Amino acid sequence: MINRSLSLKLLSAILIFGAWEISSRSGINYAFPTFFESMSALFDMIVSGLIFKAYAETLKPLVVGVLISTFLGVGIGVWVGLSEKFDWLVSPIFIIMQSAPLAALIPLIIMAYGIGLTSKTFVVCIMAMPVIVLNTSGAVKNTPSSLIEMSKSFLASEREVILKIIIPSASPVIFAGLRLGVSAGFIGAILAELKITPTGVGDIISYSRMTADYPSMYAAIFSIIVLAVIFLNVLERIEKYLFAGNNKGYIS
Amino acid sequence: MNSNQNAVSVKNVYKNYGDVEALRDMTLDFPKGQLTSLLGPSGCGKTTLLKIIAGLLPATKGEVYVNNQLVTTPGPDRAFVFQDFALMPWASVIRNVAFGLELRNVNKSEREDIARKYITQVGLSGFENSFPHELSGGMRQRVGLARALSVDSPVLLMDEPFSAVDEQTRRKFQEDLLDLVKNENKTFIFVTHSIEEAVYVSDQIAILLPRPSRVSEIIRPSGFRNKDADSIRKDSEYLDTVEGIWKSLRSYVE
Amino acid sequence: MRIFGIKLPNMTSLILWGLLWELLGQMEVSFFLPPLSSIFSTLLEIYHTKAFIRALVETAQAFLGGITSAVVIGIPVGIFMGKNRFIDELLLPWVNMFMSAPLTALVPVLMVLFGFGLKSIIITTTLFAIWIIILNTRAGVMQINRSLVDMANSFGASPTEAFFKIYFWAALPEIISGIRIGFIRAVKGVIIGQLLISIVGFGSLFELYSSRFLMSHFWAVILVLFALAFTLSELLAMLAKRFDYYASKRG
Repeated sequence: MINRSLSLKLLSAILIFGAWEISSRSGINYAFPTFFESMSALFDMIVSGLIFKAYAETLKPLVVGVLISTFLGVGIGVWVGLSEKFDWLVSPIFIIMQSAPLAALIPLIIMAYGIGLTSKTFVVCIMAMPVIVLNTSGAVKNTPSSLIEMSKSFLASEREVILKIIIPSASPVIFAGLRLGVSAGFIGAILAELKITPTGVGDIISYSRMTADYPSMYAAIFSIIVLAVIFLNVLERIEKYLFAGNNKGYIS
Repeated sequence: MNSNQNAVSVKNVYKNYGDVEALRDMTLDFPKGQLTSLLGPSGCGKTTLLKIIAGLLPATKGEVYVNNQLVTTPGPDRAFVFQDFALMPWASVIRNVAFGLELRNVNKSEREDIARKYITQVGLSGFENSFPHELSGGMRQRVGLARALSVDSPVLLMDEPFSAVDEQTRRKFQEDLLDLVKNENKTFIFVTHSIEEAVYVSDQIAILLPRPSRVSEIIRPSGFRNKDADSIRKDSEYLDTVEGIWKSLRSYVE
Repeated sequence: MRIFGIKLPNMTSLILWGLLWELLGQMEVSFFLPPLSSIFSTLLEIYHTKAFIRALVETAQAFLGGITSAVVIGIPVGIFMGKNRFIDELLLPWVNMFMSAPLTALVPVLMVLFGFGLKSIIITTTLFAIWIIILNTRAGVMQINRSLVDMANSFGASPTEAFFKIYFWAALPEIISGIRIGFIRAVKGVIIGQLLISIVGFGSLFELYSSRFLMSHFWAVILVLFALAFTLSELLAMLAKRFDYYASKRG
């Protein structure tokens, strides 16, 4: 079974990349380099170290933004989940933020905070926070009342109920929210780079586009997608490992 | 009735939910060291009463005394066994069993030793490091029971503890419960809607009727209590008692 | 949440925030935060201007074009994947990959291949929306109760009848849920597309207003956009609720 699925994945990869190679050779569009051209450009960038420097730049606002969003987001989410008043006050903002195209705020952020690291980190934060807050608050609110009652019957204090029951119970959903938040943060980081100041990987993309160095452009984009997918997959595996038994076993 | 013989006394308890009267003027005594069942059809308030005794729900009016002390909140004198097991799915069996002790700040090695003892007593030795999702329904409920036993409370409250397991496991549990009552010097209050179960395990059965919730009668089955597990179910007094209760409850079944 | 015993409905804290905004705006706390009232009056000035209407129309065109393609392509692909194991195994890794990938990174490629106009934005929007529609349609098809299939066969239904009378409705709650999320992603896609490509629609308005620091105008457009997105999302949620009563829980 494992072999079959792996070989099918390889097969589909070959098909898609093959299609890329063939269709680009047919010369539909001069801006469509072949798969091999793009891969060799990527190789060059790896060898020259260019790509690592670029990612170091790009990751700065992403990592900082995700960390801030995590701590702030989970904190606010837990508070919202526990306090009806705070929920009433604050939830509507995040609910609107979830369905709204937050990218529209980027020009405003540029105007207000300039074009540096602050702006980009801010962009990552506004993209990542809503889903983290809403997932966390939802999980807290949905803690099985049976477990809370059980802990009270064994004399847990309010603080113990929060720390020993509510938070562990909510952890799987909080983690899933973090994963979605990171995903949204990625989008924010790239948007920030393409739109605000070109630095890092965004710079490679913009610059190579303007100089018509299409293989490099495609290479950079390819690397972003691959990295994002790998990273999110790793997170998903960690999530599955940490929370294996969690969704079963409440009753029967 | 000498009040020192009662582990728990419920006096004139009312419970209202808005306009709905769940319990009206309930007065009931639970003799020390015995198992009293609260038996009745759904809606008769038996679980509500049990939770009020446990301190998990406040009574609208009336008092509950445990060992002659007035109680309104949960306390170390009562332990609860839940119908849906209420196990923490992220914790191992031993952590679940030791949870009551953990909340009393007993140190880790001591509480795990105590937990191990009760895990063995309920027949789960070897499963200390398993997780709830790896266990069958019957095993999960035994974890819940071990947890309640570990805190060594004089009163054990059981809310339909066997209703979520299959029939065969249920019968085994009933037999084990009889042994437990004999060997432990505790007072058991047992909620069930199964007549056979109540007559099988109880020293005293309080029959509750709904709308309004009230105690309609108290039965003390006696003759067959000391027979062995299998013989009880064939004993004619057992069968007659079950039949009699069924006849009087029949009109309350929807 | 209750005040003096009266239950306050859900989004009412927004009134409070609105008042706060007005207050902060009047106090001129920040150049970038004009009072809510002046934003509203600006909105009333501009909503009937040619520039605004053109932006709205262009955005709506791109949005509708994108979401239509996403639905028209996505649902059949999802159905095929749900029914045919080989196709599913071939395509699923890619669909999952594009679901979680930062699609924004693909926009430069689209700019380069399809130019700076409406076509690129429509394609962007389609790309943002299509993956979740495929995944949810596939899930809807895969969770069709085996008994329903047997039932259809036992009563002699033809394939077309079975599809339109049973399978379609059985899968519908999941499909609608996918379309709902797809709509929201499409809105984000159309805006991101416009931001990066920026000659059409609201993107051009944002450029215009921000380069001239017309804050009230800028906020007016943002509020309209956010209100539209939210309303759309809620309308779809209401639609989804109608089919909820028989939707089965996933997994």
